[in-house]
Amino acid sequence: MTGVAGAVIDLAAVAVLVVGIAGLWRRDLRALVGLLRIQGVALALVAAATAATQHDVGLGVTAVLVVAVKAGVVPTLLGRVARSDPGARESAPLINVPSSLVLAAALVGLAVIVGAPLHALEPGRAAALAPLGLATVLAGYLLLVTRRRALSQVVGLLVIDNGVALMTFLLTAGVPLIVELGGSLDVLLVVVVLRALLGTMRSRLGNVALDELRELHD
Amino acid sequence: MALTVLLAPLVVALLLLVVRPGRRAEVLSVVSSLVVLGGGIALAIATVHGRVVHELGGVIRVDALSAVMVIVIGTVASLATSAMGRTLPVASDAATRRRAREYGVLVQVFVAAMLGAVLVANLGVVWVMVEATTIATTFLVGHERSRRAIEASWKYAVLCSVGIALAFLGLVLLYFASAHAGAGPRAATLDWTGLRALAPHLDPKVTRLAVGLIVLGFGTKVGLAPLQSWLPDAHSQAPAPVSALMSGVLLTVALYAILRVRTIADAALGVGFLRTLLVVLGLASLVVAAVMVIVQRDLKRLLAYSSIEHMGLVALATAAGTPLAIAAALLHVMGHGLVKSVLFLGAGEVHHAESTTTIANIRSLLRRRAALGGVLAAGLVALAGLPPFSLFASEIAMFRAEVGAGLGWAAGLALALLVVVSAGLLRAGRQMLLGPGEPAADPAPHRAIAPLVGALVVCAALGLVAWPLATLLHAAAGVLS
Repeated sequence: MTGVAGAVIDLAAVAVLVVGIAGLWRRDLRALVGLLRIQGVALALVAAATAATQHDVGLGVTAVLVVAVKAGVVPTLLGRVARSDPGARESAPLINVPSSLVLAAALVGLAVIVGAPLHALEPGRAAALAPLGLATVLAGYLLLVTRRRALSQVVGLLVIDNGVALMTFLLTAGVPLIVELGGSLDVLLVVVVLRALLGTMRSRLGNVALDELRELHD
Repeated sequence: MALTVLLAPLVVALLLLVVRPGRRAEVLSVVSSLVVLGGGIALAIATVHGRVVHELGGVIRVDALSAVMVIVIGTVASLATSAMGRTLPVASDAATRRRAREYGVLVQVFVAAMLGAVLVANLGVVWVMVEATTIATTFLVGHERSRRAIEASWKYAVLCSVGIALAFLGLVLLYFASAHAGAGPRAATLDWTGLRALAPHLDPKVTRLAVGLIVLGFGTKVGLAPLQSWLPDAHSQAPAPVSALMSGVLLTVALYAILRVRTIADAALGVGFLRTLLVVLGLASLVVAAVMVIVQRDLKRLLAYSSIEHMGLVALATAAGTPLAIAAALLHVMGHGLVKSVLFLGAGEVHHAESTTTIANIRSLLRRRAALGGVLAAGLVALAGLPPFSLFASEIAMFRAEVGAGLGWAAGLALALLVVVSAGLLRAGRQMLLGPGEPAADPAPHRAIAPLVGALVVCAALGLVAWPLATLLHAAAGVLS
């Protein structure tokens, strides 16, 4: 893995994480969906460049799939929800933006420590980048647990999923195609289901933040 | 045969898209479940002596363990689908018809996804199928469209998807480790038989991380504490047949994935790592269940916490891991599937008749609704682990196996917590069942009660005579050792 393709992989992998962390910074819901689209493109670039260096047709197919689903259909579906509620912002995250950025930095450190055995097992360049994927997963979790808007939670879920996908491309040049196809279909369907549920929530309950839904308890 | 089992619910799902909701659609759903049950028995006969059935170019791989799971899915699905008509309003206008249709189709898709999870050879595809169950059931949990049902289904979909994402990350790491197991990158695999063969050569550090993530991920779906917070909400808000399917069998389908991964983990890491993890999760689940069952005020939530308890017990037996422990755990999975379905369907009948599931508002059922009250009484006795039902036998066998595996202290703690949970269940039962009253004018019809009685009789029979199941359960446990 040398030359242009290697540089593309490096840059795009870093971009996936940077965009994930930027999600913690932006509170505008439409901007959040835009970031998701950029992340999808960066992810597809990693897959495509890896496919090119390894002459892996299956991974090439996966790259096309990633662009279509993660940079195309999914952000478009979510963008429609965000636009139907103009000026929608994350009202008040449970942790304010500066603190969550500091936390994110700590999580990146954690990812580097946890990812060390991966690099030890495969001393190549791609495995060295794997902590970027782990850090993206952790940033997604942080987004998910600190945001109260339903749409932000969906974005958090998808950032986690993108982080896991980045790990697959970097470590194993993708999982078997049947798993990849099934997994992409699942992600697409989850988003469709959650979007429909959002629609039901709006029509039945109005524009609520999730923590106003507190009827179920013991 | 395996393919027929998998296709039956999918074909019926397609048919239900065109058949008008009503009696005929209900019959179709039940037929699909019975085909699954019959297919499960046929697969069990084919695999009980150690044969493995491969179909669809090796994508489908059935051994005795898969066959046991198919039988449990078929049994619970038969019970659940036979009660579906009772929980739906009469399809009078286009909107209720559309929702009744959606309900019928999604239940079949849900059953198909569970079958897929236990019939495929590739752990990645198992993951895809388990996530597919989440997708199919999200709308089923929210079927009532009430504020609470919507809250429960949102929580369910988000928490389970997030949890299961961890498991996928774990599988990726396992795949990565298999590419570096000495047989070259081409040998990289997610087929669990292939992973089992490579296991002694897997890098321990990466495998430990992978197995931890996989167990936490699927553990979320099993409802093991501390990852259980979605479960009581989802199981209490879903319509009764869906609760029966979720509590009775979906939890154990997720556990099935952990059972498969355990053989790989033990071969790669020794028994210590996963055993410690499962003992911690199992005991934590029992503690949460014990505390919540005592303070519980709602019948369906009570049953949901009891499911967490039983999954904790099965997790402990899995931690012990001896063939005896696994066979006992599988018997427990069967017994729990039967009894929990009966009780959730019974709770649905209570809701139907009394318009409430608040324990304090339900009184003297044995006098007022003798048949329903009797079913609930027997079900609660079975769930509390009392004889003659099979849960008694399987709990004793699990505890004995745990003592034999050096987990006597955990078994002792579990037994103490079990007594607390059982006392809570029986106290709730006394509150709802006993007391003076006059027979109600509108008892539940025989066709609603008969399947429940049948299931309880089967559960009692399993507790008294192990034949013909013992051979199958030991064969299934043998697959894992």
